[in-house]
Amino acid sequence: MDGIHDMGGMDGFGKVEVEANEPVFHAPWEGRVLAMQRAMGYAGAWHIDHSRYAQERLPPATYLTASYYQRWALAMEKNVVERGYASAEELAAGHALAPGKTLKRKLTPAVVQEGLTRGSFYRQAQGPQRFQIGDRVRMRNIHPATHTRLPRYVRGHVGVIEMCHGCHMFPDSVAIDKGDDPQWLYTVVFDGRELWGPDADPTLKVSVDAFEPYLEKA
Amino acid sequence: MASHDHDHHHGSELSDMQLRVRALESVLSEKGYIDPAGLDAIIEAYETKIGPHNGARIVAKAWVDPAFKQELLTDGSRAVAKLGHVSRVGDHLVVVENTPQRHNMVVCTLCSCYPWEVLGLPPVWYKSAPYRSRAVKDPRGVLADFGVTLPRDTEIRVWDSTAETRFLVLPMRPAGTDGWSEERLAQLVTRDSMIGTGLPKNPSEVA
Repeated sequence: MDGIHDMGGMDGFGKVEVEANEPVFHAPWEGRVLAMQRAMGYAGAWHIDHSRYAQERLPPATYLTASYYQRWALAMEKNVVERGYASAEELAAGHALAPGKTLKRKLTPAVVQEGLTRGSFYRQAQGPQRFQIGDRVRMRNIHPATHTRLPRYVRGHVGVIEMCHGCHMFPDSVAIDKGDDPQWLYTVVFDGRELWGPDADPTLKVSVDAFEPYLEKA
Repeated sequence: MASHDHDHHHGSELSDMQLRVRALESVLSEKGYIDPAGLDAIIEAYETKIGPHNGARIVAKAWVDPAFKQELLTDGSRAVAKLGHVSRVGDHLVVVENTPQRHNMVVCTLCSCYPWEVLGLPPVWYKSAPYRSRAVKDPRGVLADFGVTLPRDTEIRVWDSTAETRFLVLPMRPAGTDGWSEERLAQLVTRDSMIGTGLPKNPSEVA
């Protein structure tokens, strides 16, 4: 979706402000939110793409003004309710009013190492790799109304395939519960002037990681 | 905005969120989905075990061990896994090397993708709109915000982490560190130097 989250190349947000000696969490609730997200992921309640998509669907003004972990918490509430793990009434009451669903496993202290390990996104290919390193490709000018990992600032632009990362589960499909739909994943590199015009920094090169359905031969 | 107003605003927001997050945790726990002690263990790991010191060890090893460096650049996931790292890195780590000709910088314009396993949780600025919007268009301007100026002819390569690949920058080893041990070299490696918004410390800054 062409949402507020797709920020690459926007102007007007000001300087990057660095906080000296930044703590890992600025308040204890932030840690709880992060850990709950890990725990629900470990339990198989939803996938990381569902979390991203839920954040993208927050009202733009909320997205911009909420802190990072506030966004996570709001997105988590959305997924909890939308996916039927609890009702809005239960969240408002702060207590379960009915038994929960059965999830595949639970993140306990005994399995915390496993819970911290990132899963693999590799999946069995459905077809041959269509592009090779060095190929020139154009990013398709598509505007899916749902989740996609194709940023606006590269759409329609021509780049070169620099790496192939194998075949991965496809976020555009996973986020809307249409299954893994595995796709080849490439790093595509662009000249800065291709993206930002003739006045761009001539020393700039930018790459994105792009799934094969985002690409066409240039 | 006066700092007092700012603090006040921040404070009231937090208590609101505290209550809301506590309600969420109670419901998920009563439903049997999560174990609060499991959450404690996750938080403890991120507060005490998983941080940029993990990445610094990898960089320092690459600086002293050419064979490891080659492995790291060829297959980052495999090379780091072999180190028996505290937090297993998963399958999708790519390490990119800074050279006198090329400086690498990592961003996630769409959300906040970051190599947690080797750098810990990302700082607020990495997840902020100013960084996410400008890094791909005006990286030299962003570097200036960090007080970093690079030669005008150095190529700036920005890696937008739009999928599950995670990027770690291998900064250049500072001059004047011949014969330094891995442990001492690791002290030069800052978090920002592994994101590409900073450079390693000057050897004179390390005892």
